[in-house]
Amino acid sequence: MSTTESSSAHLETLRKQAQDRLDAHAYDMIQWHFHESTGCPFWLEKKAELSFDPLKEIKTFDDLRKFPLFEDEWLRGGPVRRWVPKAYADKPIYVFETGGTTGIPKSRVVIDDFRIDYELFSETLPDKYFPRGSNWLMLGPSGPRRLRLAVEHLCQFRGGICFCIDLDPRWVVKLIKKGWMEHLEAYKQHCIDQAITILTAGHDIKCMFATPKLLDALCLALEERKTSLRELGVTGIFSGGTEFTPQWTRYAVEELLGGPPEESGVYMTPTYGNTLMGLACSKPVTAADGYKISYYAPQPRAVTEVVDFDDPMQPVPYGETGRVKLTTLTREFFVPGFLERDEGERELPFEKYPWDGVSGVRPYRGVASQTTVGVY
Amino acid sequence: MLKIPVLRWGKPYDSLELDQVVHFRTGEPIAQVSQANGGIIQRDLRKASLARDILREIPCSELIERLGRAADLYEKGTLPLGDGSQSPDEFAHQQSATTGLPEHMCRANMSKNSFVLKNMKQILDCLTRGLDLDILTRGYGVEHRGVVVSYQAQSPVLGAVLPSNSPGVHTLWLPAIPLQLGLVLKPGPQEPWTPYRMVSAFIEAGVPAEVFALYPGGPEAGAALLSACDRAMIFGGSATVEQYKGNPKVQAHGPGFSKILLGDDVVDHWEDYLDLMAESIYINSGRGCINCSGVWASRHTREIAQALAERLGPIEVKPPEDPQAGLAAFTVPGMAKAVWGMIEADLKENGVTDLTSAYGPRLVELERCAYLRPTIVHCQSPENQVAKKEYMFPFSTVVECPQEQMLAKIGPTLVCTGITEDPNLIRQLTDAVHVDRLNIGPIPTTRLNWLQPHEGNIIDFLFRSRAYQLPAEKLAAV
Repeated sequence: MSTTESSSAHLETLRKQAQDRLDAHAYDMIQWHFHESTGCPFWLEKKAELSFDPLKEIKTFDDLRKFPLFEDEWLRGGPVRRWVPKAYADKPIYVFETGGTTGIPKSRVVIDDFRIDYELFSETLPDKYFPRGSNWLMLGPSGPRRLRLAVEHLCQFRGGICFCIDLDPRWVVKLIKKGWMEHLEAYKQHCIDQAITILTAGHDIKCMFATPKLLDALCLALEERKTSLRELGVTGIFSGGTEFTPQWTRYAVEELLGGPPEESGVYMTPTYGNTLMGLACSKPVTAADGYKISYYAPQPRAVTEVVDFDDPMQPVPYGETGRVKLTTLTREFFVPGFLERDEGERELPFEKYPWDGVSGVRPYRGVASQTTVGVY
Repeated sequence: MLKIPVLRWGKPYDSLELDQVVHFRTGEPIAQVSQANGGIIQRDLRKASLARDILREIPCSELIERLGRAADLYEKGTLPLGDGSQSPDEFAHQQSATTGLPEHMCRANMSKNSFVLKNMKQILDCLTRGLDLDILTRGYGVEHRGVVVSYQAQSPVLGAVLPSNSPGVHTLWLPAIPLQLGLVLKPGPQEPWTPYRMVSAFIEAGVPAEVFALYPGGPEAGAALLSACDRAMIFGGSATVEQYKGNPKVQAHGPGFSKILLGDDVVDHWEDYLDLMAESIYINSGRGCINCSGVWASRHTREIAQALAERLGPIEVKPPEDPQAGLAAFTVPGMAKAVWGMIEADLKENGVTDLTSAYGPRLVELERCAYLRPTIVHCQSPENQVAKKEYMFPFSTVVECPQEQMLAKIGPTLVCTGITEDPNLIRQLTDAVHVDRLNIGPIPTTRLNWLQPHEGNIIDFLFRSRAYQLPAEKLAAV
């Protein structure tokens, strides 16, 4: 057997193991969410509307296609407790919101998922650039967002203390919609000023989260002050969002951060995620690969598929473009087949993530013109 | 297929984000254009002052001479473009193929740009009211009257967010280089041709490449350019103009709502001005802000509209390479249909009549593009909704309005041709602050005298006149 054949067989074994794990996990989660003693009121009520019995008929991940698509409108408005699994009714509950610039935001209840997701993500961070015990700066949205607490937990989990800024993304979106660009610039500057104050106050910050736009603005502001993130001691940056295009990544690596990590000493990792899912990690991004960004969901807790624009039950062939479909399978939250506002290309599994990925993530063409991208 | 890079202070930069510019009729790719992200623009513009430093090393008079050479190169030369080259014929063909403008109009626009470059000395002499251009270089000096004057550049560069649909606007940014200001341009997505060819001609003529930046890109690139340049132009619709109103950094160019007003003293001889009216409406396929979109008179309006409809209504769609083609295509899918939908909605109002409907359907839809044939609408009253509309094709209303109400009713007007000998009306027109360019007499709205300022004097936009005092001995040394 040649080396290629051997590695291909090895990958196939890993892929099969991952699929088996996903099938078993999907079965467990259905038993949990649709059992009277553990499920949440929303899904227990929904069960009556279904034409099948999930407890009996869902045995694998593919069987989840029997569910109709998840409608995110279901997440708007209360009572929010209808989403709390009975088994967790006595636990302290968080509610995280998404959207909400106008109208009622979508909300998701959480007990420990954000901690679990970010602890899993922590395992993917290289200690060389994200040293254990180092302090972090969270340069992203505050308020009723998961991200602020999640990044703080990530930092604490790795032994550090997290510094945060005040940032209201809903106000940012309003400023853009109103065309108040001077106010937008002033608000961005207000956020950057807060960040620079923290970074230069002797807190020994080595790692940070930043949205692409704020990272860009921060680096420019530091350059104007004749310094840089590297000079201030930052070595690891975690960032995310659909603005994370290959071109933006190349620009950030080559011009903002001073080159690839081995030259500049600064490592940046793109991520893809939202309040409904966990956090999808990227395959390492390199100049040799054209700064291509491929995301892999934290299976089996969440699955991303790339599906046909017209038939969301049908995955597109590898390399083809489709809409991103999300399935969340945790004990706290069940989302079967939610069509994201994003599209991208279906990517092959590889050894580290032996399941499908998605690359070239960008706003879905059907809603792109209506989407206002604020700070993240 | 041509590959066109971003130009960062003269240095080509191949982006990982590419936009394909295609032929509007065939869908054939014509060029692959690198797209700049906003960060690159913000970052590059921190070095904008270098462009002015470089240009101030070359006297304005020398730069004007180089522009004269650039004019010939632009009009007649084969010039480098991206990874290839471009002859004048290729330019006209490519510009036509991506903008929908007939090729002969593209050639006419080339001649117009070239004319402006060749006559830059006279144009600047008029715009500066005869100022010694060395005073702009130095920032101060003594005028021939013996008075100290100071003109301070408000920005080291002029930025411009350019449109895709009107190659005629490029004349507006051409004076920047001889005024020793760098150029930072975001070309329109379908019209990278003029900015790239012009910059190529400038460089071939000896203007240092380091003073040019070209950033094709999406809306984010435009926003970044406007926020990073201290003086910039943008071309857009009424909403764009409204957004930048009162912003001293941005000169927003929107719809022109240009008009012809026939005074009561001449209106009975309206036939004498029919050619002038038709030319003002129809030339350049009615795309410019200087094209007439409203003829106003107190009487004979129905007859005027009928005569214009007879003249323009029968004009048919012709292929872009046809020298007789008079209509430009709408290349953005659905746009022509949407425009026609708006006009149809307005036509339902009482007192509004489409006099061109007798000459066949106005909306002509082809597989990949659409056309709107000339449309002349009669309005019984200036209160009719359609009376103040402007569209990007040969479209005009003919509005019945008493002379004494005209100035109060016409609204903002970029070019106003007032045909009258009535001194009272001439005085009112001269005083009307909502009129920008004023033609008194039978001059088509589209016939511009380049020695006159357009939508504000660019010198006033780019330079600030201020006090500058010197001791007598230093004054003597100036």
